[in-house]
Amino acid sequence: MLPTENGSTYSPPIPLSSLQRVSHLRLLEAESIHILREVASEFERPVMLYSIGKDSSVMLRLAQKAFFPGPIPFPLLHIDTGFKFQEMLAFRDAMARAVGAELLVWRNEPAIAAGTNPIVLDTKRCCGLLKTQALLDALKHYGFDAAFGGARRDEEKSRAKERIFSFRDGAGQWDPKNQRPELWNLYNSRVHPGESIRVFPLSNWTEMDVWQYIHEEEIPIVDLYFAKPRPMYVRGEALLPVEQAFVARLGEKPQMVRSRLRSLGCSPCTGAIRSDADTLPKIIGELLSFRSSERANRVIDHDQEGSMEIKKREGYF
Amino acid sequence: MACALTQPDLHDVGTDFSIDAFLEREREKDLLRFSTAGSVDDGKSTLIGRLLYDTQSVYDDQVLSIRGKGTAGPQLDFALLTDGLRAEREQGITIDVAYRYFSTPRRKFIIADTPGHEQYTRNMATGASTADAAIVLVDARKGVLPQSRRHAYIATLLGVRHIIVAVNKMDLVDYDAETFASIRSEFESFARYAAAESGHTPELHFIPVSALLGVNVVRVSDETPWYDGPALLELLESLPTTVGSEIAPFRLPIQHVIRPHQGFRGFAGQIASGTIRVGDPVTVLPSGRTSRVERIVTYDGDLDVAHAPLSVTLTLEDELDISRGDLLTLAGEETRVARRFAASLVWMDGRSLDASRRYLLKHTSQTVPAEVRLRHRVDLEQSIREPGRVLEMNTIGVAEIETRRPIALEQYRENRTLGAFVLIDAETNATAGAGMVREVLTDDASAVDARPVTALERATRWGHAGVVLRLKAPSSVANAFERALLKAGVFVVRPPDDDPTTPGVLAAAGALVLVAEEGGHSISLRIGSSRAESLIHGETTKAVASLLRLLRESNVLHHQERTR
Repeated sequence: MLPTENGSTYSPPIPLSSLQRVSHLRLLEAESIHILREVASEFERPVMLYSIGKDSSVMLRLAQKAFFPGPIPFPLLHIDTGFKFQEMLAFRDAMARAVGAELLVWRNEPAIAAGTNPIVLDTKRCCGLLKTQALLDALKHYGFDAAFGGARRDEEKSRAKERIFSFRDGAGQWDPKNQRPELWNLYNSRVHPGESIRVFPLSNWTEMDVWQYIHEEEIPIVDLYFAKPRPMYVRGEALLPVEQAFVARLGEKPQMVRSRLRSLGCSPCTGAIRSDADTLPKIIGELLSFRSSERANRVIDHDQEGSMEIKKREGYF
Repeated sequence: MACALTQPDLHDVGTDFSIDAFLEREREKDLLRFSTAGSVDDGKSTLIGRLLYDTQSVYDDQVLSIRGKGTAGPQLDFALLTDGLRAEREQGITIDVAYRYFSTPRRKFIIADTPGHEQYTRNMATGASTADAAIVLVDARKGVLPQSRRHAYIATLLGVRHIIVAVNKMDLVDYDAETFASIRSEFESFARYAAAESGHTPELHFIPVSALLGVNVVRVSDETPWYDGPALLELLESLPTTVGSEIAPFRLPIQHVIRPHQGFRGFAGQIASGTIRVGDPVTVLPSGRTSRVERIVTYDGDLDVAHAPLSVTLTLEDELDISRGDLLTLAGEETRVARRFAASLVWMDGRSLDASRRYLLKHTSQTVPAEVRLRHRVDLEQSIREPGRVLEMNTIGVAEIETRRPIALEQYRENRTLGAFVLIDAETNATAGAGMVREVLTDDASAVDARPVTALERATRWGHAGVVLRLKAPSSVANAFERALLKAGVFVVRPPDDDPTTPGVLAAAGALVLVAEEGGHSISLRIGSSRAESLIHGETTKAVASLLRLLRESNVLHHQERTR
């Protein structure tokens, strides 16, 4: 019972019989599995973008479930910017082995060799080269006609308008004003040669759903999500992981801070948060108390109003 | 008056907060989907903003990013939270469907937030297609506007079970009970029409609200003592979601055959309705072969029983030839298998419905070529049916569909999954139309073949009626005109000049017969036996354009798309 402002009591409605109720996680799971199976059946050459983060971990588990007892019928693709945390790369290789999936890794080697980083360039151009360009090159190189991504609609405003099957033209670009209508669970997978579809099986999951599912299903995730003392450059409220030498300012010394990462990206652009949450229930408890969105500690979305939409138009996930 | 935003502690993370108890509660939560539609000033954004804000579903940085922006003055302009695309922010309108998520201690919610303008009917239909409930906003000062009727109609047509009429801005009519009652009765009479026309009867709920002041949104307010129903959020928390789908007949469209090795053949799909147990006798459609369920296989271990909407994999006792697109039912509870049916259509493509174009019909997990012939259109403004063979983008009609292969299907009102389909333009791959099966038609192909082809069928096929056009014009204009018609896909023929009988015969066969006579510098066109004669002057290009316009105005050509 919750007390209300005017002193009366708010009574929750009478529960329906348990037969008539399917928990939200089971429903989301069933829908995502349906999407994964549609893609595996309708496309010649699908691939799953595997970013090593919590959403990718959930997506990977759903793929295992969708095709059980068979293997996952498509490869995993990791776009490696060269700035991923070392722990992430080790985790990636171990997971791919554990689930028995083929793992492809693609790096924009010319850009990496040229010393591309978010301090030399701005974050927008750095992302453009190391993520978007690398992704488009990889999709083209392997001839993938469908690519799964772990993006969710609750992450960001332009993503809220994204389809589950998101059409991309021959250049891999998104046209938000010309999206295919998407009704019921009937997905239009028809493309002309060169065109492709990005598929988002977690579209309707929220950050809370993802954490609860990881907890219930005991899905392995990278240790960086759990709080422990870590060396950080402390700049006011911001904590910058000590991973790449160029991040440090002149004379700046790292401090040990009990902290964790709320979302995983490239180390120079992903801030950590002070936290004591070293278990999944604690992370979920912490999430309830948060007053800012998970991307707030990502540098990349803040550069410009609508920057996610611009990146997506160019071919970003 | 400033927007008083008070946040009740629905997720009170206080000292006595127990994460285990929270997770236990979360496991019990189900999911309700609802759609909303509305335009700039009817308070839709404010209402959604209030639901999100009052249930603590908006983060501080998101609120911070819209503070001081937009058109709501010192108040938060909630539209900025929901309008995610640049074009929308620039134009200040919602164009595309946006999905929003929030939860209460009892339930999780997905909002499909859709635009309310007529030109975005397809977006409204998209949002309604998966919704358990729809909120139709009515401005208490303005009453039931065409836009509210349109949204209610689309929600009804798409089988949304609960329509919640939120009579908003009640504060601006001094919470007048009479105003509310008159809107209610007007809406009810339209709802009766929508139910009769669409074949679906949703349950109606009426709530007087002030989204701006939070009256009857999260809790029932003292401002409306004459109202004895629940607040909007209370209603949303108590509406049934998947009730009935487990006790409905079992339907499993096969999506994928899982064959890791010779000894295992699993049929994977998401149960559309009903319940299945190990040992149950099943029928495969359309083949009609039967077997029994051997195992219900999942990653988390075999199940004895599974029900909608779970995604499962079944193995059968017998080796049957089953592939993607087949439907599994319980033996004795089979659906109809047919090639012909009547369906409601919502057109979604810039290219109008055209009987001569090739369409692919996607139904459950199969895609089959289909022919589509429009029966009539529905004019929502006047609540009437109107004849026509063309369905433009964002219009609604009823069509007869014939698929190349038989498919297992049901009426949409009986089963939302087995009765729904989309039409894909085979050439452009655009998702062109959304359809809902109204009635399965007799599938006796021989009876259809034996009937004489009617003038209507010919006209439907060619996109125009058979008619003789008598043109008096210089031969250059006549040639250019014939070429333009040909390019437009018209079945145009030009018999020898001195033949008196052929034109009539060809016209009866459905052709557009062009009889041209050299005519100096003036041009005249006589259509059929009618005297719709017109004199046209000018250069060739202009003359041809005028002739085409004249054909359209006289309803010889049905629409313009084909002439591009």
